[in-house]
Amino acid sequence: MTTTEPLQVIQADGGVNGYDPQMPESELLHCYRAMLQVRAFDAICLKLQRAGRIGFSIPNEGIEATQVGAASALRKSDWIFPSYRDFGMALYHGVAPLEMMHNMFGNARDGAKGRQMPVHFSFVEPIRFVSISSPIGTHIPQAVGVAHAARLRGEDTVVLASFGDGGTSSLGFHSGLNFAGVWRSPVVFLCQNNGWAISCPTEEQTASDGFAIKGEAYGIPGVVVDGNDLLAVRKVTLAAVERARAGGGPTLIEAKTFRMGGHSTSDDPKRYVPAEQFEHWKKRDPIPRFEKFLQAAGLLDAAKAVAMNAEVTEEIAVAARAAEQVGPPALETIFSDVYAALPAHIRKQGEQAFDLAARRGEARSGDGTFPL
Amino acid sequence: MATLTLLQAINDGLRTAMRDDPSVLVFGEDVGKKGGVFLATENLQKEFGAKRCFDTPLSEDGIVGAAIGMAMNGLKPVAEIQFQDFIFPAFDQIVSEAAKLRYRSGGQYTAPLVIRTPYGGGIRGGLYHSQSGEAYFCHTPGLKVVVPSTPHDAKGLLLASIADPDPVLFLEPKALYRSVKGEVPEGSYRVELSTLREARAGKDVTVFCYGAMVPVSLKAAEESLASGIDVRVVDLRTLLPLDEEGVLEHARSTGRVVVVHEAPRFCGFGAEISALIAEHAIEYMEAPVVRVTGFDTPFPNTLEHHYLPDHRRVLDAIERVAHF
Repeated sequence: MTTTEPLQVIQADGGVNGYDPQMPESELLHCYRAMLQVRAFDAICLKLQRAGRIGFSIPNEGIEATQVGAASALRKSDWIFPSYRDFGMALYHGVAPLEMMHNMFGNARDGAKGRQMPVHFSFVEPIRFVSISSPIGTHIPQAVGVAHAARLRGEDTVVLASFGDGGTSSLGFHSGLNFAGVWRSPVVFLCQNNGWAISCPTEEQTASDGFAIKGEAYGIPGVVVDGNDLLAVRKVTLAAVERARAGGGPTLIEAKTFRMGGHSTSDDPKRYVPAEQFEHWKKRDPIPRFEKFLQAAGLLDAAKAVAMNAEVTEEIAVAARAAEQVGPPALETIFSDVYAALPAHIRKQGEQAFDLAARRGEARSGDGTFPL
Repeated sequence: MATLTLLQAINDGLRTAMRDDPSVLVFGEDVGKKGGVFLATENLQKEFGAKRCFDTPLSEDGIVGAAIGMAMNGLKPVAEIQFQDFIFPAFDQIVSEAAKLRYRSGGQYTAPLVIRTPYGGGIRGGLYHSQSGEAYFCHTPGLKVVVPSTPHDAKGLLLASIADPDPVLFLEPKALYRSVKGEVPEGSYRVELSTLREARAGKDVTVFCYGAMVPVSLKAAEESLASGIDVRVVDLRTLLPLDEEGVLEHARSTGRVVVVHEAPRFCGFGAEISALIAEHAIEYMEAPVVRVTGFDTPFPNTLEHHYLPDHRRVLDAIERVAHF
């Protein structure tokens, strides 16, 4: 069973026609704050990249409600298999901006030890936000495997796998949804349909009538939601999560949204996105829309919004400055974590690299030993 | 000790692992009720139930991708790919995901899984039931590549692979499944990974080989006696990470080396052995290293006995390096 009309909750004026999100005030404000964090993180990373202080970033502007609304439906014991445009899920669950900035700078305190490009986060606390892989769709069958393992052990863990419209063309989308359908795995598939796979519009990606309908062939219900409506995204994701937790199997959610920036900081969307699309979506910006709802509900006023925005911007700016001060990872991190134990041939290569660095005068304190 | 075929030893190894550790799962195409197309998983579903031994949709990418997820979440998946020739849809999952997960997450996430797959020729399988793709995978840091050649090692290496904290590609020489028999200890034991086995002692020439080429090399070694050449045969057993020091010791000791594999020659595993010796033991060598391999062609069907190295080709190479 597939829905075709995107579910909406928040109207243009912030009204919800009597809908009760069943979220405490603190939770609603937490969602709002997380969206502000994403936008501030984005803006600061863009500046850092343009100034040459980091190499790369992925803009999220416009997608915040999809990320935060979906993440808000999960428990800390659930798992997230994110795409590279899912900052907000980590921020919502309380990953510190400083931890994320360590990754953006690839410094010695980065959890991934500077091995991955910026934005390829990996966290195990406070929620499992699984190490991001650049190839598209590879994480989808893995998410099904995690879910299947939980189910075999009788746990009620749910796994959220997030990907873009382009990701539905991948091998992993097919195998992942097919396996999840057969195994009735507790997985929620979130397709963030932002209309563009880098420069390719959806009509060049698929001839099907949207993406939610793709679930039908796998025996998986599909749901379409307005991705710029935080309460609507939360509502459909929560329903899918609860269904999965109760043993009802997977759901495919298509969140219709739009990225207001490029695919990455290396991309200029003005080369391929018609200007009127930006104008159309600018009016549907998820943050002002949620603000209107909070204001209509009496939870937020202009002064409080400005103060909160200033606070999160400062928090992220401080994090960026702190992360920039941390030096690069030690030379040994090239060679460690390839295997659980260091094999002889890699040890030998490491020792040669240490020796060369020492002879060139490039060695730093700590280079030249394996703490393993 | 029971006398088992290599196939029975693998089945015994899987059963032993499943009995010892409830987190071990076996799955793949036709592995459940049927017990696998070669019967390597025969009766496992009967003994352990369909939650621990089960069939999957026909999708190698899905099998390995799901196995990675299960491994990340605390299980010990042993996935079967029906023929190594069919593994390539899962290449991305093996090479870019399983092998890199520990590294790219700084050790936060790991994928300790085993992928078993029958490889190699000798069953008239043509292009797509005969390939030896080990070289593709040996170029992958983070992966382990294991190839047994005896029933004893098949079980012991399989149990060591299942216990290993890293992803292991376990290549089973299908030509030997039913053609070799040997004594196999009951219960659990491990053959340590990254260790060589001297399959035959000898002082004149060392033949390095693995999998189905071990019995071929042993036969060539026996026949070499007639021309007075005393041949040592070394079964590499683990290709990645390779026991490089062990290889160099044997090379230095005889000063004459032949490498045998059925995979194509160009950029094959023999090239790595040859380069290793050239870099670190050339002063001990009395003759150039000679490789005996499959041809740099796809794998033929009717004429596979010409494609596959046999004892005569190995013998010819032994004589060449002995008389250089």
